[in-house]
Amino acid sequence: MHGLVNRAIERFVRDTYGRDVWLETIRRLDLGYTEFEAMMTYEPQVTKEVLAALATRLGKDLPDLFEDIGTYMISHPDIEAPRRLLRFGGVDFVDFLHSLDDLAERARLAVFDLDLPTLELRDHGEGSYSLTVGLCEHHDLRLGRVVMGVLRAMADDYGALVFLEYKGESAGREVILIRLLETAFASGRSFELGAGGLTG
Amino acid sequence: MSDETYPSYDLLDVLCPMHAVLNASGHVLHAGPTLQKVFAGKPLIGERFLEIAELRRPHVAETMAGLRGCHGARLHLRLRDGVRTGMKGVLIALPQVAASLGPPGGAIINLSFGISVVDAVRDFGLNAGDFPATDLTIEMLYLIEAKSAAMEASRKLNLRLQGARIAAEEQAYTDTLTGLKNRRAMDHVLERLMQTEQDFALMHLDLDYFKQVNDTLGHAAGDQVLQNVARRILAQTRADDLVARTGGDEFVLILAGVTARARLSEIATRLILCLEEPVMYNGQECRVSGSIGATLSCAYETPDLARMMEDSDLALYAAKARGRACHVLYDPALRADPPLHGTD
Repeated sequence: MHGLVNRAIERFVRDTYGRDVWLETIRRLDLGYTEFEAMMTYEPQVTKEVLAALATRLGKDLPDLFEDIGTYMISHPDIEAPRRLLRFGGVDFVDFLHSLDDLAERARLAVFDLDLPTLELRDHGEGSYSLTVGLCEHHDLRLGRVVMGVLRAMADDYGALVFLEYKGESAGREVILIRLLETAFASGRSFELGAGGLTG
Repeated sequence: MSDETYPSYDLLDVLCPMHAVLNASGHVLHAGPTLQKVFAGKPLIGERFLEIAELRRPHVAETMAGLRGCHGARLHLRLRDGVRTGMKGVLIALPQVAASLGPPGGAIINLSFGISVVDAVRDFGLNAGDFPATDLTIEMLYLIEAKSAAMEASRKLNLRLQGARIAAEEQAYTDTLTGLKNRRAMDHVLERLMQTEQDFALMHLDLDYFKQVNDTLGHAAGDQVLQNVARRILAQTRADDLVARTGGDEFVLILAGVTARARLSEIATRLILCLEEPVMYNGQECRVSGSIGATLSCAYETPDLARMMEDSDLALYAAKARGRACHVLYDPALRADPPLHGTD
């Protein structure tokens, strides 16, 4: 598993529940370290153990935990990069939805060994879409719930009003139903192209 | 001539939103929407093009004729605005006879930011809609941002690894029990002193009666004595001096800049005195003392490390032979009358 993923989980716990909760959870796993390095690779098993331990410690179901992590990655003010990079996908939420088809490729351009699930958007008309979340190449963790959290936060970011429904998984793919109720429901957060750039 | 005469400008506005149409006298007749945004609040339409932009390459006369002569060539320009934004461009000279593309004898110039695009996007508040749909600028900005984020993460990893390396090195030079330096650190410092030809005093210090403490009160007591002794020696030395534990109860001191025998003698006396203060362990008094042998680099014509170590050690044995708890400074006479070994 890429360190960026593990690091995101770690930052989520630290920023949401505090340092002590993180240290307590990670120490119990006896990994020999308490911090993940964003630019290193870890065994997928480590990620699974951390997630299971967190679910127990926080008293949450794994799906809820996953969705919270997805939302955190986009909406927490301390980590700007994922939100900004996703916002490059489109000028409005519909544009953004369609850009998800290229997301895995885009991510590979930035960090070549970042193994994201393949996403496939289907437009059913009248603001109804379905997003198929495939498996990653190097691990069997299903990230559909994380994608749900990301979508929810990105809709907020664009100021769009959406209804999301997780339709379950089959044959290694998960399906998320997206109903776009209003594209300009709220003003959303601003996005300036040059704001990140070389200094970000 | 008015805009409406040439409906094709609508086409250019979509395909090349950074274009400008110049009339025969070189004045801006029309500008694409993005170029207009770049010049927001500043004169553009009706201005002479070469007065708002400077043609840096190719070098031609600053006239409309000069500009028209650049037909089809790659142009390097700089705006004469506050930030002097660099631009790339290409110009099409329009025919002198009436043509549908634009004013006869005029020109159409298309511009792009080239490599200064990151600054330009920020300076002029441009967004995705300001670039043609086929333009790669947004992809490039995405890549720059994504790569910068990845690079920043790598940079942080490098910093942390460097910190870990320094900590590991620091540890490798330290005796973990006492926090004093170890033999490796001592070798390192001695070598540096020799290389830089600085004067110093070399001192060998052995604890006396330490074995008895270990034997009667146990190793924990011995460790406590060593830690106490280390603190006391450090308190008697300066920050520039090096104190190393080189064996169980053996220490080496390197006293930088010491050249006088009297001063060395005084330091040795003080050290022994402070070692003799008893150390308390579980309510028990542990008493040790120290024997010291020392030598001065300035006593040698050309100081040699191995020789100095040997002489200092020889002086230490002489001190032990003289009944311990005393110090001896090396003197060549010691070699003529070496003390008996094996008394310790």
